[in-house]
Amino acid sequence: MTNIQKNDVLLELKNLKKYFPVRHGLLGTKVEHVKAVDGISFEIKRGETFGLVGESGCGKSTTGRTIIRLYEVTEGEVVFDGTELGRLTQKELIPYRKRIQMIFQDPYASLNSRMTVADIVGEPMDIHNIASGEDRQQKIYKLLETVGLSKDHASRYPHEFSGGQRQRIGIARALAVNPDFIICDEPISALDVSIQAQVVNMLEDLQKEMGLTYLFIAHDLSMVKHISDRIGVMYLGKLVEVADADKLYEDPNHPYTQALLSAIPIPDPDIAKNNERVILEGDVPSPLNPPSGCRFRTRCQYVMDVCSKEEPTLIDLGGGHMSACHLNNK
Amino acid sequence: MEKRVLDVKGLKTSFFTHLGEVQAVRGVDFHLDEGEALGIVGESGSGKSVTSMSVMKLLQYPGTIKEGEILFRDMDLVKKTNKEMMLVRGNRIAMIFQDPMTSLNPVYSIGDQIMEVIIRHQQASKQEAREKAIEMLRLVGIPSPDKRIDNYPHEFSGGMRQRAMIAIALACQPDVLIADEPTTALDVTIQAQILELMKELREKVKTSIILITHDLGVVADVCSRVVVMYGGLIMEEGTTEQIFYNPKHPYTMGLIKSIPRLDLAEKQRLIPIDGTPPDLLKPPAGCPFAARCEFCMQICLDQQPPYQSAEEGHRAMCWLMHPDAPKIDIGERGVVRK
Repeated sequence: MTNIQKNDVLLELKNLKKYFPVRHGLLGTKVEHVKAVDGISFEIKRGETFGLVGESGCGKSTTGRTIIRLYEVTEGEVVFDGTELGRLTQKELIPYRKRIQMIFQDPYASLNSRMTVADIVGEPMDIHNIASGEDRQQKIYKLLETVGLSKDHASRYPHEFSGGQRQRIGIARALAVNPDFIICDEPISALDVSIQAQVVNMLEDLQKEMGLTYLFIAHDLSMVKHISDRIGVMYLGKLVEVADADKLYEDPNHPYTQALLSAIPIPDPDIAKNNERVILEGDVPSPLNPPSGCRFRTRCQYVMDVCSKEEPTLIDLGGGHMSACHLNNK
Repeated sequence: MEKRVLDVKGLKTSFFTHLGEVQAVRGVDFHLDEGEALGIVGESGSGKSVTSMSVMKLLQYPGTIKEGEILFRDMDLVKKTNKEMMLVRGNRIAMIFQDPMTSLNPVYSIGDQIMEVIIRHQQASKQEAREKAIEMLRLVGIPSPDKRIDNYPHEFSGGMRQRAMIAIALACQPDVLIADEPTTALDVTIQAQILELMKELREKVKTSIILITHDLGVVADVCSRVVVMYGGLIMEEGTTEQIFYNPKHPYTMGLIKSIPRLDLAEKQRLIPIDGTPPDLLKPPAGCPFAARCEFCMQICLDQQPPYQSAEEGHRAMCWLMHPDAPKIDIGERGVVRK
């Protein structure tokens, strides 16, 4: 990977919004909106891994699914390699579906149990007319070897595999169309600890070999830090902080990031015993009716008057470290 | 010497399925002292949950305790009938489960579910039980407990449901609380709240805790002693410091090395454990970890290693600890410090 490539932007989100309507009332006439993603912007450079973290319900998975248009965009733009994806027709979208692939969280639910491994991995090739006949077969074998399975596995069915192996099949399927960009939506959270490391190492190797770009969505912050170059932290549909992975952990700016980091249990008894935790009170508010101003203000220990009136915007603190907090304006 | 609350000896539990006998727990010994928090760590299928279900005698058909003793304050629970167990369960040994949504009954209010335990075990009147239930909700940190007591589980958030579960479990001030992955379904910030609550309550209520988890971070935070399980057997047992700073078993070492460390500045490559856990339908003759162990020797495949003691209270099942074994350093200190 050369430096010139590293710097050009592959994917850019501009003020992306995704609202889900919720109908109330007798005839379903009263409509409210769950603002799952409410105006987020960030860019992902070619060849990098961008981590997206946050608690359940913060909109991180919705963001991933909206990029690949599994959900339609409510407002804003998804610019992939210079093209706006949000307004393309399904037919125009097909070449981009080939360049963007996704790996899902649950390796049990994301593989069709009635298809053999060869058919699962081969299906994307059929759809995009990549290979057929003997060529297709050889490509499938090669992909299985790439992800650490063997060609004997090709004629088996998903139930014959363990969780880690199924996730490998899911990865082989994503690689079948030779994509540029892979959205990894919690790819390891359903796996055991010792298997997680196998899959993460494989993802890292594949990135080096094939020059892939990843959007890595997860709630496990220690694994995200390990794999990502840059990280975005989401809270209730908003991006609250973006920074280089090391910078974010060394010097978190937003009070939510600070609390999130201090909540992670460290597997070292001496450190754990002396660790002064920032324990957040209460739960995440409902995205149907989020707090005014800063959405984190109901749980923030530094809350001020301005927090309920004005919504903070992402401010560059230098070196690409962005944070949305009124404390930075003082 | 601390008083023993629970002493499990030679426990073997199997599931007799149509495929054959699945030997989920294959001879496990451990004990729990008064007021301590013991962590049981292992991957899925290691037998950690089956062990706790055996202690509670909540095994579902076709699971059976084949052998062993579970001594709770000098009573052998294995010999108890279901009726006798009902006096123990919820009263002297209580349990909280991983998923608070499926373990609470959706058609009863939270208050009813706490009161049920109190009325059943403490011969309290309905009024007394209600007061006690409000008291318990306050203890676990539910705001305005006198109002929330009449709520139903769906009106509570995930963290609050787990707090309500803890309130039910601790309502009769049990001697032992078994927590099976109590925070796995929760977000990290809520997990931190619940762990803090458990640490606080252990001192207030004076309950001994068995914490079953796959998360070594949670163990380091809460527990004073750890049991590491793999393939239905205890691989290693010791104090939290012994397990984290001086692990003797290659599996324990592998577990510690395969998790990324937040507090280390430079990025290190993760060291995974290759392969997958053994099939307990046909458990291996030797050490269950042999197939995945980088130090595997011929004897490891043929014979199950005996326990060797490293220090006071620290034992492991590994042939490398045998006096005749080659001296191999299984890794530098388990946890690499800054």
